[in-house]
Amino acid sequence: MTIEAQYGVPTVAMHTDKFDRVVRSVAAVNGMAELRQVFVPQPVMGKSARELRAYVDGRDPLTGRPVMQEVIEGLTIPFDGRGVGAVEYDRSTPRMVEPDTEENLHHLFMENRWTDYLPIVLPTEERVRAMLARTRRKPGEVVGRMRPTHFREAWEYTVEKVAVNAVMAGARPAYFPVILALAATGVSARGSTTSSMAAMAVVNGPIRNEIKMNAGTGAMAPYNHANATIGRAYGLLSQNLQGGSVPGLTYMGSQGNNYAYNSITFPENEERSPWEPFHVQHGFRATDSTVSVFSGCRATAYTLGLREKHWREHVRNMLRGMDPHIPPVLVLDPITARQFIDRGGFTKKDALIDWVYDNARMPAGEFWDYQLVQNYLYPRATFGEEPWATKLQAAPDEMIQMFKREDIHVVVVGGETNGYWRIMGATYAKTISVDDWR
Amino acid sequence: MSTGEKVTVLNPMGFAPKVVKKPLAPRLSTLDGKTVYLVDCRFDDSDVFLKQVQAWFGEHLPSVHTVFKPISSVYLKDDPATWEEIKSKGDAAIVGVGH
Repeated sequence: MTIEAQYGVPTVAMHTDKFDRVVRSVAAVNGMAELRQVFVPQPVMGKSARELRAYVDGRDPLTGRPVMQEVIEGLTIPFDGRGVGAVEYDRSTPRMVEPDTEENLHHLFMENRWTDYLPIVLPTEERVRAMLARTRRKPGEVVGRMRPTHFREAWEYTVEKVAVNAVMAGARPAYFPVILALAATGVSARGSTTSSMAAMAVVNGPIRNEIKMNAGTGAMAPYNHANATIGRAYGLLSQNLQGGSVPGLTYMGSQGNNYAYNSITFPENEERSPWEPFHVQHGFRATDSTVSVFSGCRATAYTLGLREKHWREHVRNMLRGMDPHIPPVLVLDPITARQFIDRGGFTKKDALIDWVYDNARMPAGEFWDYQLVQNYLYPRATFGEEPWATKLQAAPDEMIQMFKREDIHVVVVGGETNGYWRIMGATYAKTISVDDWR
Repeated sequence: MSTGEKVTVLNPMGFAPKVVKKPLAPRLSTLDGKTVYLVDCRFDDSDVFLKQVQAWFGEHLPSVHTVFKPISSVYLKDDPATWEEIKSKGDAAIVGVGH
């Protein structure tokens, strides 16, 4: 779209057929509905040159016309003029829904894909008002912008819009500042990527206890009202405030992800952690209340405790099992956190992170051959971006670090019923003050 | 369960930006003698695919000069140097594979 619109070069875009709806809608919302697009079968990835030549010689699976004929015509046949002009489309969203019975409204919300297909609480004016009463912010104040992928347009939302989604999720008004802070991150919990990623939200500071969140036994499971509904609200507000999350259109996760039901939302167990809280590591005071968001959650590795003789090898094995494109977040029960101190002497989280950084290694040849590394890191390396450019110089057998040190994180949660712990593949995005949204 | 009484509720959707139509580039009258850039998005073996497109031109439209051009970094980053090169040295572009 950039080459065509900004540089004036006639262009044809080629895609696989699974993406027809999404690429046409992206072109339309970017004001280029007539962008010439040609489709070949899915997948391209992993196909041989001969197989891909058959795609080129074959027909567009959507139109049935020869692929290369469409390409040539796309570059040479003039537009009929409808694609040129400065017409603006006003797509303002009405504040209210047409009044109807509760039953019909529940049906409408599902039909419009405004829910996660679990029952919702209808956002009546009274319920939304009660939510709004728990922040000093004005209902019409803009909270932020969000979009499902980098190439879609960002939608904007207000405090009232966030409150509507918080009500729908079943959240209590006391949780609203946390939900507003999540919305203010601008990080979608309904990102559209074929990899089916979910988000993770970690709450720190006094708000955890004020609203009775659970950082102990079962913290990451459906056993606490605040944990459950704040996480659900994060998902609902993401899908609705960014303009939707519809499979084939604004959501392309091939397998989907159950983590998305409540976006892995939990408070850090600061009271039982031997280390400083996560938000303090990121420049906040212990007395501040914050929420930190991570994206890209799909992979999980786990084990029980740290064995005296081979704990290093066991942890290295877990790290080697992660896709090197997404960094590790160690999610530790307090028992295991203390074991890391006993076994490894990591009296600070930073010391443990240093160890993980240095020990998560694999042969360079294997590293660069990962598909996601090829897609997202190899191009950066060839562009000269560090540390990837230097790693690209390594011999195939040289053991190179899999992750950037600053991308590795540690969070403590759990009720010490045992020393189980896990590594989440997740990318830290940002930490936002909850107090700013009270 | 519903009593049949009508209820008033708020719409949960955010506010979309206005869409402004953008002008598309004029099409070429012919590709004969023109330079067509094959822009590799460097995603999921798109390079292998576009080289087959390049081979097709060599066999079927040899009068078209094709240039295989990988973008400088990942598709997530704008690449003005490459776009400038295409504008100054090329007549048209084929971008692939979007996914």
